[in-house]
Amino acid sequence: MSEALRGVAVSRPVLSADQRLMRAGLVLALVFLGLFLALPLGTLLVRAFETREGEFAGLTNFVTYAATPALLRAAWNSIWTAALTAVLVVPIAFAYAYALTRACVPFKPLFRAVMMLPLLAPSLLPALALITLFGNQGMLKWALAGGSIYGPAGIVAAQVFYCFPAAALILCVALSTADARLYEAAEALKATRLRIFLTVTLPGARYGLVSAGVVVFTLVVTDFGIPKVIGGQFPVLATDVYKQVVGLQDFNMGAVVGLVLLVPAVIAFVLDRWATRQRAGTLSGRAVPLRPRPRRRRDVPLFAFCMLVAAILFGIVGVAAWGSLIRFWPYDLSLTLDNYDFSRFDTAGWGAVWFSVRMAALVAVLGTVIVFVVAYVLERGPAGGSVPALTRFAATTPLAVPGLVLGLAYILFFNHPANPLGLLYGTMAILVLNSIVHFYTVGHLTAVTAIRQLDPEFEAVGASLRVPVWVTFARVTVPICLPAILEIAVYLFVNAMTTVSAVIFLYGPDTKPASVAVVHMDEAGQASAAAAMAVVILGVTTAAKLGQLGLGAALGRLTQAWRR
Amino acid sequence: MTAHRQDLDASDGRLAPGDTPGGEQAVPYLEVHDVGKQFGTFVALRRVNLAVRSGEFVTFLGPSGCGKTTLLRGIAGLDPPSTGRILQAGRDITFLPPAARDFGIVFQSYALFPNLTVTENVAYGLRGPAWPRRRVQERVAELLGLVGLADQAPKYPAQLSGGQQQRVALARALANEPGLLLLDEPLSALDAIVRQHLRQEIRSLQQRLGVTTIMVTHDQEEALGVSDRIVVMSRGRIEQIGTPAEVYDRPASPFVAGFIGHSSRFEAMVDSPAGSILAQGIRLQAEAARHLLYGSRVLVFVRPEHVALHPASAAPPGALPAQVTGLEFLGPVCRVSLQAGPLALMASAAPAELMDLAAEPSAQIAVTLPPERLMVFPEDV
Repeated sequence: MSEALRGVAVSRPVLSADQRLMRAGLVLALVFLGLFLALPLGTLLVRAFETREGEFAGLTNFVTYAATPALLRAAWNSIWTAALTAVLVVPIAFAYAYALTRACVPFKPLFRAVMMLPLLAPSLLPALALITLFGNQGMLKWALAGGSIYGPAGIVAAQVFYCFPAAALILCVALSTADARLYEAAEALKATRLRIFLTVTLPGARYGLVSAGVVVFTLVVTDFGIPKVIGGQFPVLATDVYKQVVGLQDFNMGAVVGLVLLVPAVIAFVLDRWATRQRAGTLSGRAVPLRPRPRRRRDVPLFAFCMLVAAILFGIVGVAAWGSLIRFWPYDLSLTLDNYDFSRFDTAGWGAVWFSVRMAALVAVLGTVIVFVVAYVLERGPAGGSVPALTRFAATTPLAVPGLVLGLAYILFFNHPANPLGLLYGTMAILVLNSIVHFYTVGHLTAVTAIRQLDPEFEAVGASLRVPVWVTFARVTVPICLPAILEIAVYLFVNAMTTVSAVIFLYGPDTKPASVAVVHMDEAGQASAAAAMAVVILGVTTAAKLGQLGLGAALGRLTQAWRR
Repeated sequence: MTAHRQDLDASDGRLAPGDTPGGEQAVPYLEVHDVGKQFGTFVALRRVNLAVRSGEFVTFLGPSGCGKTTLLRGIAGLDPPSTGRILQAGRDITFLPPAARDFGIVFQSYALFPNLTVTENVAYGLRGPAWPRRRVQERVAELLGLVGLADQAPKYPAQLSGGQQQRVALARALANEPGLLLLDEPLSALDAIVRQHLRQEIRSLQQRLGVTTIMVTHDQEEALGVSDRIVVMSRGRIEQIGTPAEVYDRPASPFVAGFIGHSSRFEAMVDSPAGSILAQGIRLQAEAARHLLYGSRVLVFVRPEHVALHPASAAPPGALPAQVTGLEFLGPVCRVSLQAGPLALMASAAPAELMDLAAEPSAQIAVTLPPERLMVFPEDV
């Protein structure tokens, strides 16, 4: 045998064109995330340790922060309102999700659709609606018995609305993966319904509950729109960042507050990942799915509950819409479309809406391409080495970074005089890039889940038939994943339309998104116009979502015939 | 397409797979030299050597985790080995990417593209200037005829049965006329009857095309039924390479003896005179122990069909008295559990024969163990 060996030239490992392509894709992905995520965040970190003049300040800024009672109070306010919101939202969302997954309630698809409504609106919308009802000139102000909606009460109430879909979605997933045999076993052992609920249902959903609580907590701590509109004089972390940067032009202290804001977000992120991993292990592949059987004593109350929740969700949107049609709140309640003539309130007028639509469309198209290709290369490309690991980490990081922090990091990085990319500042490009990075992770996880459902050997089959990997990608991977791709695109579009937190630092005079215009009109006291703009945004996002359903069905007929 | 491909079509001058003589002088089509594979600290393959002749059907057989799939993936270039060399048709392919090699592969999951029809799946690799549309159509029709699916062409994979999907995967893998066909547990996702039928179909197709084939399986019946040669693997090593009969009748190690077929196993010690062993106080004759050192410990295996049963009343000289402890009816044969003094034995016999012996549980009969049929292995020190 050694004879034979000597007769043959010893070769080295050869990278095929496919592998080189995949590797190049990975490097590009890392460069993209490095440039538009890591470097800005790094700049933010550095600035927190610098003086205004750019010298090294050590911990001085942090000491100043800790010695300022107003700032500390804001941190505490953020934490307790977030915790209170989580405590309120999670049980409501649990009951709602339980009704949708474990009971025989009629109109489930409808309830599911209504559940998603708050996701389509900017977070400012519930706050504006609450002000219409309970504000200084609200018609239900008497119901507060002398209390004020401007402050923690308003924040928590609006946040409950805003965070409900996130919690309900997580709990629906957690509750829908149950093993029917566990319930059969419990019944065979003559356990009571309460005992089954406490010993089978709750433990089965416990990681979902943790995830939901954590996600709601983070959403509240990092949200900017609601406290900005309804917070009044009640300081929280998110409004503090804005105040330090936009009001006081103190970028270093802004960076410090930003870092403080990052802490709960990162802790929550780590907790949520832990809970998700645990949850993945609770259901074995051989489980029999649970199908709920009708039981009036459970179904009727749950149906009533769902109706109530759906009515409130609809009601809040309805109040905002109604408020936007009122001529002069609260003195002249006659209806008018004047508030939709935005040029009366803001120089950009309807331009802000069209700008937002263009921007969100770009985010959706570019973002989906980037997100899906990167996820594919990560899943199916070369696994060894530090590049894939780093890219994977970078792709999941944005979920832990609040929009305000990312926006602030972008100003500090792109506005730096020495940065050649500074020319992006104030353009639509920076808003688009920022939004792609801001909402990167959810799209990434959706893409990864879709790609992982494909047979892992598709690329190997392609290679054995000498078909280049990009052909297999275009002919097999993309067509099969089309529903997920559409979902990512609409998710990015909706979020780019509704986001306020990151873009509020980044827009320029000619690049003002509609969501920022809502904040400005509200600041100027034009609450009805602000509500009108928020309703327009909601209309656009709802149209996009309906478009997704319609397009999805059409594409499904065309390309998914093989799904039987 | 190339001259090299042409000679892969059946019926040229090279060895037909059925006869296996004088393979030594023929240059092996595939050579595996000292191939090792390590995943972190886990050693999946340890210095494996193997030569496969052109047109041969070779099976890698072993329990899960024995390294058989790792070796196959190394040959395919999907997971290149950590050490060693692999040569195909005289070309060093160790580190070539899969696309630069010459093989077709069928995976356990088939990996059919679910969004493409049967035709599109089979035609997937038929692209480029060498394959004008017309030629592709002809080739696909030919392949589908070959696997008996001509009428299923416009369907999607999900509309086919498991066995049909398997055949589509086979047709797709053969489309480019590869020099080497790799089958990774191709039948394990099917139910027993389809499996038996399909493995003979694969075998006859392979013989007709004369394509060198390597199949990975953990099913010994499958391996014994279709292979020219079997490579028995365990814990990253090759235990034995041989024809099905060699592997069954002359296992090279206790592992092979225990893994292939059924057998009773007991410990013994080499006794004198030469050719006798002492198994827990019972003296037995065993040809295979003739050359072993007196007093060395050995493991002895005997196949059920070689355990001869006699009525207790007509026991031949040297027979062991035994009590029937259990009966298992398997259709054509019954499996009989026996306790012959300290030895637990398993025998198999036709039901009629057992009737004659009145071998019911707790009945007394006699057994003889043919000296030339005892498989004796020195115990590892």
